[in-house]
Parts: sequence; C-alpha cells; structure tokens
Amino acid sequence: MKILVCISKTPDTTAKIAFVEGNTKFDENGVQWIINPYDEWYALVRAIELKEKDPNVIIHLVTVGTVESEPIIRKALALGGDEAFRVNSNSTDSFVVAEQIAAIAKEGAYDLILTGKETIDYNSAAIGSMLSALLDYSFVSLANHLEITGNTATVKREIEGGEETCEVNLPVIISCQKGMAEQRIPNMRGIMAARTKPLKVVEPNASNASTSINEFSLPPVKSGVKLIDADKMDQLVELLKEEAKVI
Amino acid sequence: MVLIYIDHADQDIKNASLEALSYGATIAKQLGTEAAALVLGNIATPLADLGKAGASKVYHLNSAELNHFDARQYATLVADAAQKLNAIVVVFAHNINGRAIAPAVAVKLKAGIVTGASSLPETSNGFMVTKTVFSGKAFASIKIETPIKVISLNQNSYKISNEGMAATVENIDLTIPASNIKITNIDKIKGEIPLTEATIVVSGGRGLKGPENWGILLDLAKALGAATACSRPVSDADWRPHHEHVGQTGLQIAPNLYIAIGISGAIQHLAGVNRSKTIVVINKDPEAPFFKAADYGVVGDAFEVVPALTAAILKSKASS
Ligand SMILES: Cc1cc2nc3c(=O)[nH]c(=O)nc-3n(C[C@H](O)[C@H](O)[C@H](O)COP(=O)(O)OP(=O)(O)OC[C@H]3O[C@@H](n4cnc5c(N)ncnc54)[C@H](O)[C@@H]3O)c2cc1C
Ligand SMILES: Nc1ncnc2c1ncn2[C@@H]1O[C@H](COP(=O)(O)O)[C@@H](O)[C@H]1O
Repeated sequence: MKILVCISKTPDTTAKIAFVEGNTKFDENGVQWIINPYDEWYALVRAIELKEKDPNVIIHLVTVGTVESEPIIRKALALGGDEAFRVNSNSTDSFVVAEQIAAIAKEGAYDLILTGKETIDYNSAAIGSMLSALLDYSFVSLANHLEITGNTATVKREIEGGEETCEVNLPVIISCQKGMAEQRIPNMRGIMAARTKPLKVVEPNASNASTSINEFSLPPVKSGVKLIDADKMDQLVELLKEEAKVI
Repeated sequence: MVLIYIDHADQDIKNASLEALSYGATIAKQLGTEAAALVLGNIATPLADLGKAGASKVYHLNSAELNHFDARQYATLVADAAQKLNAIVVVFAHNINGRAIAPAVAVKLKAGIVTGASSLPETSNGFMVTKTVFSGKAFASIKIETPIKVISLNQNSYKISNEGMAATVENIDLTIPASNIKITNIDKIKGEIPLTEATIVVSGGRGLKGPENWGILLDLAKALGAATACSRPVSDADWRPHHEHVGQTGLQIAPNLYIAIGISGAIQHLAGVNRSKTIVVINKDPEAPFFKAADYGVVGDAFEVVPALTAAILKSKASS
C-alpha cells in the first residue's frame, strides 16, 4: 500500500501575529516554523503506525513550499516516511497548492492520501476536499480513527453532535484530527536516517490562483476586563443580562 | 442567482445553514438577484419555511439514496445544481459537512473560494470577502477573481432573518453518482448540546484539579442551558471526553458567552475561543493571561465562585 502524507509549514503556535508591506504580508521576521500540528501529530504519525504494522506500506511525503520548507520536510522524514517531494512554489492559494499535490498524487498512484484538518495559519480546511475533486477520489473529513484491511479503510469521523464509522474502498483521501494518533518526537536514529532519505524537488505546474490576499487586519482589542468581586455574583449575572445581553 | 446549500442532520436543519441562507439572501440583494436554497435527501421539515430566512425558491432532490453523507457524491450534486441553475455565488455553512464539500464544489465550478468567511462581501471594488485567519488571531480580506464565487460562512457570524415569505419548493432532477462509502455506525452524544451549536459554553481547565470536581461546572452549565468544554491538558488526562477539547488543536467555537474556569488562557487555548462574543474568566490568579482577553473577570477560588454564580443565576431566573 502506498500512502501520501501532505505536510505544510506553519508559524509556531505562539508566534506573534503581525503584518508588513501595507498589511498585505505576514511578518515572518523571527518566526519559528513548525510542521502544521494536524499534519504531524495525526496524519503522519498514523501513517507511520500503519507502516509499523505492515512493512509493505510505503510512505511518501509532499510539501508545496520554497526552500524554507526543507527543515520541516526533513523533520517529517526523521519521524518516519520513506521519501519526500517538495514542489517549489510559494503559493498560498488553496487551488494552486491542491493542483500541485494532485500532480504528485497522479504520478504515484497512492491508495491513501492523508491531510491535516486545516493549516493553523490560513485555516482554509480546503486541500483534502479539493484533491477529491481533482483526483475523483472519495473524501472522508475530520477523521479521528483509521484502520486499513485489504482494500477497505474503516474510518471514524466527527459529525454534528457525535461521530460515525464508515467503510470506504481505497483509494481515499482522509483529513485527520485529534484522536487519530499520539504526538511523537523524532529520535536520533530517525534524524540520521532522514539525512539520506530522498527529497525530490520538483518545479510547479502552471496553475492560476483564483484568489488573492487584499489586506490583513487584527481584531479590535478588548476594551479591558471588568472585574467583579468574588462575593458579588448577583452583580455579574446582572451585567450578563443587562449589559452584555447574553443570558 | 445565489445558491445556498442547506445541510441537515437527523432531519433537522441546523442554525449554521439558516445563517448561511440569510447571508446568501443578503448577497443576492447586493447583486440584484435571487436566493435559492438546495436541499439533498429526504427531510420532514416543511421546506417552504426556508423562505423566512431568505430563500425565494427551494430546490429539493428528494431521494433516500442521499440519506448518508458522502462528500464526493454531495459535492458533485451541488456543483451540478449550481451549473444547471446558473448560480454565480454558492454559499455553505462552514460546519462539518459544508467544509467537506465547498472546496470540491469550487474546483468543479472553476470558482475561487473563501472558507470561514466572517462578514458580507464587499462588492464596490471587485469581490472581497473577510475571513478569520491564524485561528482567530487575525482577519484577511480575500479577493475572489473568478466569475463564480464560493463562500463558506463561519458559524455564529450572521443573524438569521425571520422576515421572508414562504418559498416555492421545486424538485430538481440530477443524476446521483454512486456512493463509495458505507456508514456502519452512528454514535450520538446523548442529551448534550453539541459544542458548535451552543450559544453558551462553560469550560474548565487544570485549575479544577481533577475530574471528581466537575460537578460544580456541570451545575453551572445546567443552570444556563450551556454546553461544556475543557482545555487540552484536561482532555489529554481523560478528565473529560476528547470532543470537549477546544483550542488551536481542538474545536474552534464562537458562542455568545464563554465562561472559562481555572484556565490560564494560553495562546493555543485562546485560538479556539477568541471569537466568542462575551468572555467571562474565573481564576484565582489575578495575573492569569486569560483576563486580558476577557470582558468580565472574577479573581477567586473556583470552588467558591462557581457555586455562588450558579445560585445567583437560579435566583435571577426564579424572579423573572
Ligand atoms: C502546539 C500546541 C497546541 C496546543 N493546543 C491547545 C488547545 O487546542 N487547547 C488548549 O486548551 N491548550 C492547547 N495547548 C496547551 C496550552 O499551551 C496550555 O498548556 C493549556 O491550555 C493549559 O491548560 P489550562 O489552562 O487548563 O492549565 P494551566 O495552564 O495549568 O492553568 C490552570 C489555571 O487554573 C488556575 N487555578 C488553579 N486553581 C484554581 C482555583 N482553585 N480556582 C480558580 N482558578 C484556579 C491557575 O491560576 C491557572 O491559571 C497547546 C500547546 C501546544 C504547544
Ligand atoms: N503547502 C502545502 N503543502 C502540502 N500540504 C499542504 C499544504 N497546504 C496545506 N496542505 C495540507 O492540507 C491540509 C489542509 O490545509 P488547508 O486546506 O490549507 O487548511 C493541511 O493540514 C496539509 O495536510
């Protein structure tokens, strides 16, 4: 079985959010980049677990990004995975990114494509769904559990107010979230091995962005907290009723 | 026309879809066109009622084959309907199913898409939609450059209108592609208000010390008719079920009222709740970072403050 895991790079979760160039670009100054947590903790680790159970599993990784994404994809290789592709594009347009991944996916004829639930910077939650249209594969979103038996994936996914279990024939695209696997830390052996694992850089296919970022802005700052004495809960209830009008 | 996809789970049209419908109807007005709703599958609710929230027409594909959600199948049908009806904008709720199909529909329609929109498009100079980015820490205004546009609307971002007239309901005939997905089990969390639908959420953190202490929080939630949530360490330690975890790596919610009890307010926690309209923080440490993001704060011991707050709410309810 061949698995493709989509790996994206995001600013560290504590990064300062600021913008430059007339608020049209994210200020990358001093930003620490990490693998998008959903891609690392859930999608990649679950793929590695499947390979640990079945040595015939082959794991490929793909990232669409510039040379700045190399440390991220190397770290993903150190966690596990046999080889990686980096499509050399700096696009943040979901459609352009999805088209690049789809091209790699067509080439590799994968049985299973895993993505994260969403990236924590642009929060698009779009790539998995777009890949399903581009490749005409089934798509199961927000999965928290995945088993493969033969040609069938058994997946649990979140639904409104609960979860459902479904069976779907391969090939399938699955977006992963919490519950899928436990976070791991790469070990020394993995880090050494990653240095010699193949990382192929491919040039992007021509693709036109359908959106552009016009401007970023920060939410208005809260006017300041109103403190209420711990023994005056009647007053808090009054404020929530009359001032905030939320109860 | 503007086409709005109406998602229904358990025969029930959720608020998220009604918000999307009213939002789509306002866009239709902005563009001088009609708003139509699209419903897939059997449903008991009288569909003419969708007129109230803004639809002038409802297109219904009434087939039992569609009673289980399959993202690929649904995306194909919505895209086919949009093409057949010459939709220029297609609107979804950014809920679980909306997220799964809207981007695929955009690809099929060669349309640009904005997911997680937070306000109406600005159409004076191109077509610009604002969405939340960086997990609610910022906004981006995105220009959609294609003739057809797809938008998914964040939950609790647009008011449901109640003023429209009954809609005309029409069957729509589309070829249903085969489904490749077999649902084998559905587990509903019984008797609880789903977190993403809740207008009030009461949430607890490590400050509550252990699962045996959750009673005070559950009592408060009950008094308010609220859903319950928790911070990540709490669900990691299995004090509370995983589906209650909110934050950067859990659920992102935007209720009208979020009450945080014994939660420090780490940036990753705030990323899941910072779109809440009103935030109340109860923490014994006056320096807790959460107070900076709060509207109302109580510095004190949760084990005293929370029961007192519950009593005050019950008293106020009894007297009104
Ligand atoms: C990549 C990444 C992703 C993460 N994602 C998430 C996420 O999605 N969601 C999330 O929640 N966290 C997330 N975290 C963890 C986050 O950084 C914090 O560690 C976590 O939110 C802290 O949880 P807490 O506030 O419950 O506990 P603590 O930080 O331990 O805070 C407990 C609070 O309780 C107060 N307290 C103690 N006793 C009492 C009392 N008797 N009465 C009142 N108050 C009391 C204390 O003053 C303190 O402020 C993430 C971290 C990383 C690195
Ligand atoms: N530039 C990228 N390269 C590779 N995979 C990506 C990229 N961007 C997003 N993805 C994948 O798609 C998922 C959803 O991302 P998004 O749709 O951008 O929120 C991520 O969790 C990744 O698995």
